[in-house]
This record gives sequence, C-alpha cells and structure tokens, in this order.
Amino acid sequence: MLMMTMLIKESLIIQQERDLVYCRNRVKEVAAKIGMGIVNQTKLITATSEIARNMLIYGGGGTMRLEVVTKGKQEGIQLVFEDKGPGIADIQKAMQDGYTTGRSLGMGLPGAKRLVNEFVIQSAIGQGTTVKMLKWKNG
Amino acid sequence: METPIFEILRSKKDRVLQLWLQVQQMDTEVSNNYNTADELRAQSTEFVDILVGSLNENTVQDFSSPELEALTDYISSLTISRARQGFSPRETATYIFTLKDALLKVLSEQNSDNPQQLYQDSILVSKFIDNIGILSFETFITGREDVIFQQSEEMAELSTPVIRVWNGILAMPIIGTLDSARTQVVMENLLQGIVDTGSSIAILDISGVPAVDSLVAQHLIKTVNATRLMGAECIISGIRPEIAQTVVHLGIDLSQMITKATLESALKFAFNSLQLEVRRTQREKLN
Repeated sequence: MLMMTMLIKESLIIQQERDLVYCRNRVKEVAAKIGMGIVNQTKLITATSEIARNMLIYGGGGTMRLEVVTKGKQEGIQLVFEDKGPGIADIQKAMQDGYTTGRSLGMGLPGAKRLVNEFVIQSAIGQGTTVKMLKWKNG
Repeated sequence: METPIFEILRSKKDRVLQLWLQVQQMDTEVSNNYNTADELRAQSTEFVDILVGSLNENTVQDFSSPELEALTDYISSLTISRARQGFSPRETATYIFTLKDALLKVLSEQNSDNPQQLYQDSILVSKFIDNIGILSFETFITGREDVIFQQSEEMAELSTPVIRVWNGILAMPIIGTLDSARTQVVMENLLQGIVDTGSSIAILDISGVPAVDSLVAQHLIKTVNATRLMGAECIISGIRPEIAQTVVHLGIDLSQMITKATLESALKFAFNSLQLEVRRTQREKLN
C-alpha cells in the first residue's frame, strides 16, 4: 500500500468569538486525523482555546498557524498564535498562576503551558505577542 | 450627432420593456416560475421605469453615485421579496441579466450605423447591469447571513432546557460550547427554574461540552455560586476522564463544587441529600 503523507499547514484568522469555535474544531479535526488520543486532543484544544481567547481579548485578534510536524517517528501539532496587539509588559508575571490584568482566573497562559509539550512566548510592547506551542501525538 | 446612451434608452423605454418581456418568455428559467404573467409584467415595468429614470451621464459611469439610491433600494427589496417567494438566486439573476439582452438589442437597433459608439455603449450597459447583478447577489447573501445569525441565537436558547427530574431536583444538560453569551442564558434559565419549581438541587450536566478551559470553568463557578445564593445546591455532572485531567493540568480548583462523573451519580447524590430512596419493590405473587 502506498503511504500518503498529508502535511497539513494552514492559517486561521481569529477576529471574533465565533472564530474560536471554528479554530478549536479545526485543531480537534487535525489531531484526530493524525491519531492523537482523546486525552491529548482535549488538552490541546483546551490550550488552543486559552491562547486564542487571550489573543482575542488582549491582543485584539490575530492569526493561528496550524502545522503537522514530525521528528523522527514522532508526529505532533504545532500552533503559532500571532497578534499585533499591545504586547505583554511582564511575561514572567503573566506566566504566574492566578495573575491577570483582566477579570479572569489568571490560569490561561500558565495552564496552557502545562497542557502542551513545548511552549514559547515572545512579546514586545507595542508590537504584539507570539505564542508557539507543540503537542506530540503521544506526548 | 451622437445621442447619449441614457437618452436613447429613455426614448425607447417601451421597446426595452417589450423586448425584455419577450426574452423572459423565451427563457424557460424565468417563465417557469410562480408569478403570473401580469405580475411579472407589472414588476418589469416598474423596474424599467426606475432604471431609465435614474440613468444620466453620471450614474451610467458610477454605480456608487448617491443618485442611484432609488434604484439600489428597489433592487434590494426586489431581491428580498423574490427570495421570500421562493425564487432561486439563479432565477433572480437570470431575470436581471435578461434585461441586459433587451438593452443591448435596443442599442444595436439605434446605433447600427455606428459600431464604435455601439461598442462603447454596450460595455457601459453591460457593466451597469453587472453591478445590479452583484448588488442583488450581495443582498441575497446578507439576507441569508441574517437568517443564520437569528438561528444561532435561537439555538442557544433552545439548547439549554431546564428539566424537572424529580420534585425538588432540576437538571440542565449543556450541549456544545459554553461561551459567555451561552452562560448567561444557562444561568438565567437555571435560576428562574429554581424559583419556578421551588427546587433545592440543580444538576448541570456538561457531558456535551467538548472542552473545559479556564473561561468555561469560571462560568461554571459563577453559576454554582449564584445557585447557592438562591439557597439551592448545584451539582456539576458529566465530567469525562479527559476533562478531569485537563482541568487538573490547567490548574483550576473545582474542589469547592460537587462534581460527579455521570448524571446517574449526580441524581443518586441528590436523592440522598433529599433523603429519598429508590428501591425495587417486591411484587406480590399471584396465586
């Protein structure tokens, strides 16, 4: 049988609340397609939901790049969220449990980090924020 | 002396209408619809009147001109009323584009000795009618979007029913995403349900919620707190294993709430706290 490798690489725009639903569904679809288990799927879409919502509320919306990546035999999903919002003043503080500048629980950023395998956040005041996260299929 | 296009059309209005009705009758797609011939004629007459009336040397070039407001309004309402009557977008588009055939025919009759002029006028007329077609299409889509928006609003209402499962026990299954707007509806319905039925226990079943992120958790906590303020207890049921793991990793503390894996165990808990007992009755044996 011929092995078909379908590399998925796409970009989604997040501008309003209902885009979040589509973006979560799309991540779930791709995760299911590469055979990710239900627990990891749920972790990944929850993390997606957190970051995408942060981007919407604090960053004024942005884009999410979704990519299926491989490393050796490992397969995973990499998500890059990019906004051109005001940026985060103190990333270390933002990554603390319970810290929020809004009225939320303050668990979004640190929680999302715990839900994925790799998590990188970069931000510059006035230029925007980029969050890159990766979840391995069996990670 | 070249006659401007809008003057040709104005003087030949009746001819345009006559030709248009002819083309419409030939075209099965247009003639094969619900309108009676009289209605169609009346509508077409009105259309041609407004079209010819609003054409002048500016508007023929510039479709966004404010002078065309009467025409654009008319086209929008025409599209909407036809859509309501059950015409397909194709039928309405064909209706509009057959007008182009009629206009071009009239122009060619008038300008047969001046191909250069005919060519330029034809392009102008084509562009103009194309714009009308686009406008009609846009109106159609906007109408559809409004319908979709209304439906999704209605769906949010519909999909949060409050069920009285027992005297004093309410259940509310939540299916789909729990966003802020939805939570508002859930909370209102639940609290109103508690008042209306005098219930002391409410079960919120989240089996149908795909993911619990920090915002959903926050909404749940708020709902539980509000229920408690009303003097009732709120149980969250339907916590699936993957949801439990995710919530723990996320670092959200739901230990203040009564949570159960299934609706069944939530109901059992509710019966217990109301000091009710569900028993299998011993059937009396018939002789």
